[in-house]
Amino acid sequence: MKTLLGRKLGMTQIYLETGQAVPVTIVEAGPCEVLQIKTKEKDGYTAAQLGYSVATLKSMNKPERAHQQKYAKSLYRFVREVSVENGEVEPGAVVTVDIFKEGDSLSVTGRSKGKGFAGVMKRHHFRGGDATHGSMFHREPGSIGSSAYPSRVLKNKKLPGHMGNRQITVKNLRVVAIKPEANLLFLKGALPGPNGALVIVNKI
Amino acid sequence: MNVLDQVEQLYMKENPTDVRIGETVRVHLKIVEGEKERIQVFEGVVIALRGGGTRAMMTVRKVSFGIGVERIFPLHSPQIVKIERIRAGKVRRAKLYYLRGKKGKAARLQEIEGRKEKES
Repeated sequence: MKTLLGRKLGMTQIYLETGQAVPVTIVEAGPCEVLQIKTKEKDGYTAAQLGYSVATLKSMNKPERAHQQKYAKSLYRFVREVSVENGEVEPGAVVTVDIFKEGDSLSVTGRSKGKGFAGVMKRHHFRGGDATHGSMFHREPGSIGSSAYPSRVLKNKKLPGHMGNRQITVKNLRVVAIKPEANLLFLKGALPGPNGALVIVNKI
Repeated sequence: MNVLDQVEQLYMKENPTDVRIGETVRVHLKIVEGEKERIQVFEGVVIALRGGGTRAMMTVRKVSFGIGVERIFPLHSPQIVKIERIRAGKVRRAKLYYLRGKKGKAARLQEIEGRKEKES
């Protein structure tokens, strides 16, 4: 196993023995129960379903509940499929943070904070114009194309629109420390999403 | 207490010196030069405290050969061996940045008598 579901708890700063201060994100990773195993023969691909964060009966609809009751010992708020090698884990197994060790490089997938409908300065880092000195061009995108040729706006033109609230993967986050007794991972650097959000931690 | 605070506790010093604003302190700093390790002492007045948890910092100011020198120390850094509190100054604000504009006698703080030193 090289993947765990977890929760981003927040950021802080810790010191190494050398005295260096390191910005870290604390992630509660696992424990995750393996629910269903998808196999090549039956499903056409290999994967394991992981359940994370114990939930109540009321918090899910009947199909979801029935599926979980069929496979899992308890009910989970988050169920996600992760890729595994064939026969690597059995259903019912519990995966913990022990699969990682200090110094590992991990990638973390999460959902970024939604920024709503954002202009080009915020969304694409356009420079904008002067605020004063008679400037009449402030935060606008400016010209978005040419004239008679090509007589249209090119595809993928950077324009205002919805920003954030999409899946983001951050790669190469180093594990600075692990607290297996509390299921905590200390990763150097920032993660997508608000504190408390679901993240998928993956060994690269 | 939330998990984040508990985590920070692990990386904080067990008995942090209770430094106050306006105090004169001696900061004993571990310096590594190549293979050798030695202790350097920086003595001055605490003119600012900021941050909490593991991020707590203090700004210490001294006048060295007529030149004002300020250093910012992270209070929980393992490189700080100890902090001695030499004398307490009477202050009426949280940041003593006004000391930067004063020289000589004007840059003194009136001592508070009787504030006991808890630890050296």
